[in-house]
Amino acid sequence: MTALTLGAAINAGLAKALENDDRVLLMGEDIGKLGGVFRVTDGLQQRFGAQRVVDTPLAEAGIVGTAVGLALRGYRPVVEIQFDGFVYPAFDQIVCQVAKLHYRSNGRIRMPLVIRIPWAGGVGAAEHHSESPEAYFVHTAGLRVVAASNPQDAHVMLQQAVASDDPVIFFEPKRLYHSKGEVDLDAALADAPPMHLARVAREGTDATIVTYGAQVRTALDAALAAEDEGISLEVIDLRSLSPIDMNTVAASVRKTGRVVVTHEAAREAGVGAELVASITEQCFSYLETPPQRVTGHDIPYPPSKLEKHHVPDLDRILFAVDRVLEREEEVLR
Amino acid sequence: MTYTQTQDSLTGGVPDQGEVLRVLEPDGSRVPDATLDPWVSDLSPHELRALHRDMVLTRRLDAEGVALQRQGQLALWAPCRGQEAVQVGTAHALAPGDFVFPSYREHGVLLGRGAQPADYVLAWRGEEHSAYDHTTINAAPPQIIIGAQSLHATGWAMGAQRDGSTDVAVAYYGDGATSQGDVNEAMVFASSFRAPVVFVCSNNQWAISEPVTVQAKYPIAGRAPGFGIPSLRIDGNDALACVAAMRWALDRARRGEGPSFIEAVTYRMGPHTTSDDPTRYREPAEVEAWAQRDPVERLEAYLRAEGILDDGGLEEVARAADALAAEVRAACIGATTRAPETMFDHVYAEPHGGLERQKAEYVEYLAGFEGEGSR
Repeated sequence: MTALTLGAAINAGLAKALENDDRVLLMGEDIGKLGGVFRVTDGLQQRFGAQRVVDTPLAEAGIVGTAVGLALRGYRPVVEIQFDGFVYPAFDQIVCQVAKLHYRSNGRIRMPLVIRIPWAGGVGAAEHHSESPEAYFVHTAGLRVVAASNPQDAHVMLQQAVASDDPVIFFEPKRLYHSKGEVDLDAALADAPPMHLARVAREGTDATIVTYGAQVRTALDAALAAEDEGISLEVIDLRSLSPIDMNTVAASVRKTGRVVVTHEAAREAGVGAELVASITEQCFSYLETPPQRVTGHDIPYPPSKLEKHHVPDLDRILFAVDRVLEREEEVLR
Repeated sequence: MTYTQTQDSLTGGVPDQGEVLRVLEPDGSRVPDATLDPWVSDLSPHELRALHRDMVLTRRLDAEGVALQRQGQLALWAPCRGQEAVQVGTAHALAPGDFVFPSYREHGVLLGRGAQPADYVLAWRGEEHSAYDHTTINAAPPQIIIGAQSLHATGWAMGAQRDGSTDVAVAYYGDGATSQGDVNEAMVFASSFRAPVVFVCSNNQWAISEPVTVQAKYPIAGRAPGFGIPSLRIDGNDALACVAAMRWALDRARRGEGPSFIEAVTYRMGPHTTSDDPTRYREPAEVEAWAQRDPVERLEAYLRAEGILDDGGLEEVARAADALAAEVRAACIGATTRAPETMFDHVYAEPHGGLERQKAEYVEYLAGFEGEGSR
């Protein structure tokens, strides 16, 4: 095991993918000499050459659209969208082309494309640099959507995404890029849990928190704080947003009978809405109280001085935990 | 040597004789052109007859598509009448390993790539999104999103370049597409990476009801040099000019000189699709003027004058066209709609739990109707 930042863990995963398959290539703005604005691709162009790690023109539709053509020619492109809010210019290519070509061609065309998106807020960034667009992609059939929450998962899931014959939207929580964790660089990919499975990040008995990405850390912090009050919270890290591993979610909810869903993205028609709907369909008779959502507000991402009021923090999560535990009045008194 | 059109002349609808490169006049007489001539000087009578034959076949196929739509057999059809020369001419210049990225109107290109009768109609009938096997005819599924395929062609070409092959990608689109960001981004990428791709813009004067003058205040072929891409502006109703321009572009690509752009000035004689009513937005006189420049009649006149084609040859071609139309009709009417549960197939290459659950639910729902006759 090696202690690596999440960014370095992805870098190591990309290096392995480039090493193992010469049809893999990286494309994006500033990913070569600079090593990416977050340095996630640091040193890769030096090591693998400008033909494998390609600095592209500043055109998101161009990056994704040419990657489609490269995939048609038999390549496995991994493209970087520099920031979450910059994915929209490529939206048509992603939802109309990348997502649908396998279906349109009756399975004859494969789109083994990975679209890496440094994602979400909490880093004091400028406008358009802190967005959570995951629901758009989850809503689009044909795409797989995953979100890493720690260096080990990021390292492994990136390689799984590259190996997948389906297009994968790979969300990287940028506020965790510099956070460290133990990574097993030598573990065989075949032994790792598949990326579509959720992970029980912490076991508990009183209520379940379902979340993903950087919110996993916040949820774990909340669980630790709740422990001081004698409350045992289970935390589920979804890892995959499409498909959602409802088996793991439902098993937890059936055990605890109470559930809080939290994410940074806006609430309306978000992943949380899907989760609560599915939980209600599948676990209704097990639920002791109505599920609660703790999310970003239904507003454009606010100026960074206000973002701490937008991104759900430990207190907002615990407030919702109190509600599902029916401790709300007690707390307010 | 590229385009010479002025801004004013773009507003006239029908371009001047001198504004585009051609080697065949509308009456079929052969005129010299220093740029194009070298690329068609070696065309044999056999090749010329094949070119004519495929243009006639394309026109017949197109007429059959319109008829099948009018008879309720197809939901929609996008007629290509008037554009046979650019479609067939450019496709004839291709090598088997080249790969085309067509729009929805490129019936003549697909014919040139070897599409089978069912390949033309199943998508328009609503049975498939794309019926043909892209690997068999080296053609991507027909693109509906305007201009999106230009990027795919460029990416494919970048791959061909990496592979060290001489394969070339071709993106086909109309004049309207040149307003799209994708088409412009494709030119940036193609130029920057020197990708072996040819952009073929069939300027058919109309993007549904928008005349090209709404899209372009400067000749479309004139834009490409700004990206560092050489271009030719040719008479798209002159099949020989289309072959020549395409050979020029393919040769550049195969020699590692990167992308080329061809603006083929032509005319969409029919509606945008069978749902469209062009009488609402264009003048009969304009259509009539373009009818005088018919690409099929033009090549026919030339071949007759050269003694390459006679009445017997024409009858033979007409019979082949009828046979193709009959096969297309049979493929259309004989189509069977797939079982409903197959609509869940091929969304993903690998199993997707959420979708599998949904499919299972629907299959179970349908099973509840078994024995009740047709649903």
